[in-house]
Amino acid sequence: MDMLRTEEAVAQAVAEAKGPLVIRGGGTRTVGCPVVGEVLDVSGLSGVTLYEPGALTLVAQAGTPVAEIEAALAAENQRLAFEPYDLTGVLGTSGASTIGGVVASNASGPRRIMAGAARDFALGVRFVDGTGQVIKNGGRVMKNVTGYDLVKLMSGSWGTLGVLTEVSLKVLPSVEAETTLVIDGLDADRAVQAMSRALGSPFEVSGAAWLQGQIWLRLEGFEGSVAYRASQLKTLLAVFGDIAEAQADWRTVRDAVPLHGAEAVWRISVKPSDGPAVIAALPEGADTLMDWGGGLVWVGLTDGDIAAIHAQLQAAVAGMGGHATLIKAPEAVRAAVPVFQPEAPGVAALTASLRHRFDPNGILNPGLMAA
Amino acid sequence: MEMPLPDSDVLARKARVVERLRNVLPADAVIDDPAETRAYECDALTAYRCPPMVAVLPATTAEVSDVLRICHDEGVPVVPRGSGTSLAGGALPTADCVILGVARMNDVIETDYDNRFIRVQTGRTNLSVTGAVESDGFFYAPDPSSQLACAIAGNIAMNSGGAHCLKYGVTTNNLLGVTMVQMDGTVVEIGGAHLDSGGLDLLGVICGSEGQLGVVTEATLRILHKPEGARPVLMGFDSAEVAGACVADIIKAGVLPVAIEFMDKMLIEVCEDFAKADYPMCGALLIVEVEGSDAEIDAQLALITDIAKRHNPVALRESASADESARIWAGRKAAFSAIGRISDYMCLDGTIPVSELPYVLRRIGEMSEKYGLPVGNVFHAGDGNMHPLICYDANKPGDLELCEEFGAEVLKLCVEVGGCLTGEHGVGIEKRDLMTHQYAPADLEAQMALKDVFDDKWLLNPAKVFPLAVSEPRRGARLAAE
Repeated sequence: MDMLRTEEAVAQAVAEAKGPLVIRGGGTRTVGCPVVGEVLDVSGLSGVTLYEPGALTLVAQAGTPVAEIEAALAAENQRLAFEPYDLTGVLGTSGASTIGGVVASNASGPRRIMAGAARDFALGVRFVDGTGQVIKNGGRVMKNVTGYDLVKLMSGSWGTLGVLTEVSLKVLPSVEAETTLVIDGLDADRAVQAMSRALGSPFEVSGAAWLQGQIWLRLEGFEGSVAYRASQLKTLLAVFGDIAEAQADWRTVRDAVPLHGAEAVWRISVKPSDGPAVIAALPEGADTLMDWGGGLVWVGLTDGDIAAIHAQLQAAVAGMGGHATLIKAPEAVRAAVPVFQPEAPGVAALTASLRHRFDPNGILNPGLMAA
Repeated sequence: MEMPLPDSDVLARKARVVERLRNVLPADAVIDDPAETRAYECDALTAYRCPPMVAVLPATTAEVSDVLRICHDEGVPVVPRGSGTSLAGGALPTADCVILGVARMNDVIETDYDNRFIRVQTGRTNLSVTGAVESDGFFYAPDPSSQLACAIAGNIAMNSGGAHCLKYGVTTNNLLGVTMVQMDGTVVEIGGAHLDSGGLDLLGVICGSEGQLGVVTEATLRILHKPEGARPVLMGFDSAEVAGACVADIIKAGVLPVAIEFMDKMLIEVCEDFAKADYPMCGALLIVEVEGSDAEIDAQLALITDIAKRHNPVALRESASADESARIWAGRKAAFSAIGRISDYMCLDGTIPVSELPYVLRRIGEMSEKYGLPVGNVFHAGDGNMHPLICYDANKPGDLELCEEFGAEVLKLCVEVGGCLTGEHGVGIEKRDLMTHQYAPADLEAQMALKDVFDDKWLLNPAKVFPLAVSEPRRGARLAAE
């Protein structure tokens, strides 16, 4: 298929599709049950179409590289506050992650606990549904309750309900200063206790992660404020050990760098106090990383029976409330297991019915999210 | 404002419906005496009233499920009601409906400070959610003006905002999970105490669906530790244009206040007269509030007042005490009461790109002249969520219609400049017929398809959100099938 450059061309391509379509932006996210079909490449729909720094809003075509958007924002001292992660390291893919892919996968990094997720910053979308119909929802203003919120529905739908063509985003100012408090030598239980105490304080922690026995707590803002909050937290957390200050690279946490090279990688969302239980149940040799104060567990494995471990993980997470997604695994494994957390029957029925409404012929990334 | 004609078949089945409801609910939870159903005839959009056929007050999720199953079975429309504070007519009954009030479901189910959430029954009021955790230093962030009275159920239905959402977000950004009963009585759990969805984000579409997809009976809400302190600064300017430019500069400077509130000349005068807040008499007033420790507040306010000074303020008053802070807020918080004292009014809720503020305010002023109806403006300036208050005389024939025409013109203008019809109040019946100005037929069709999935018979709050002519084929299909 030729490079598509306009929404009309995307709509026409979908309307005329003879079979399943594999929707592709930057091609960095080879996640989900493998889909066989013709590639619908939307990376040609590229460019920032509107950016109003004073209104904290940016509109971009879905195929715009995230890097291009971040550069435009940086020039105005602003940023994407939800800190979208980049999966190229975990998945071993190359290419440029696109903003459509970020929204379609609701990709949010460490700051999600304070600022919100990609879905919280998505103000509006335009998309093409499975019949080739162009639909818009939301807009470019920060508060909007006009009709149903299909923007949220599209966020995290992995291209299975519609092909995003344009997204409007809320952006936020960058910060003047940043520091990271580091406490060494904590096991997972103790780490979550320390992070919960920090996150339950008034000191606005914008990142709380546990990696390789250390907890990292990020503070951002005006210089005086960061220094003040750092000193307050040092007192509050003194009981957990010596506290050092560092300029940490939070991309290590955001992109799950310690798990790069693992053969299988999971991303698991639970309530923070359940994070240590998820880790305790893992087989020997698993690499782990906790973000979101313990509420997000990244797991990496280099050997073992991936399908069996996956089944155990999803069962355990179902019991505690949450979801486990198999982000990376050999294609044969992803084809054989529910990559996304299976839903309870009532929810699964709603989901199936929604898919049928938005993609009646089942041609948009069909089966990618199949549970 | 047109509402569908009541279904005579449903009205004819009233006795049987009431009997079936009495079989599953306590005697005092089924209200069918016309003298008593009148209490449910309207919400805060008091211009429109219609007593329901029956009102029910279930106390548990199981009772809600029983009620909905019976109504589904009998083909009776159901209008869910929180505390009845909707300004958009979201809880306005029809004569053939069962009003389902959640007021008896107001328990706190679980409080978890380590994981920073609270789970409540949704009849609980917004302010009493904070009330349940504030002695431990926590709060629930969304704070609609009606927070003393409004229920979490209604907050979820309308995706309510508030003065402080510039920093903390609106309901949808603070909602983690729900227990919801579908129209056929099926109970589903969506979300939980964890973040984000592992599948499609159903929670995101339920929030803000105006009671049309299901009845939410329990909710898990994010709670936060209170900031150490908060302090406002009051700024007066010659004109709305200058105040608007000041807002844009504050935002661009990288400060993120918790609130930036705007009042125009008319509101300043009315509020001052009512609340004696010692406001400066000028063209426009801003209240900017920041949070943190004393030193952090000092630093942020220094930056903000420096910016304000560049715009030649006629007044600049930083609060020096809790007492002064309360006075600065007193006028703003009393705005709706203050104007209600002098006139009937309609409160609009359109949202616009912040950059369009001066232009839109000027146009509203021109419309006010044209219609001969006074208008005051008070709103959340940081996010462009306007609240023009149009004054009219409910006793003067034709005045309400004139006011509605004026309101519609303002909302169309909001859409025209890149904004939307409603930022936090919801569509309800009030903005229903304007939806075609914001959305094309295919956009509305996609939204209605969503309702089909959750409520295929279109029994839940059916006459809201979508223009009647647009939803008629779906509502009509139900009637034809009976």
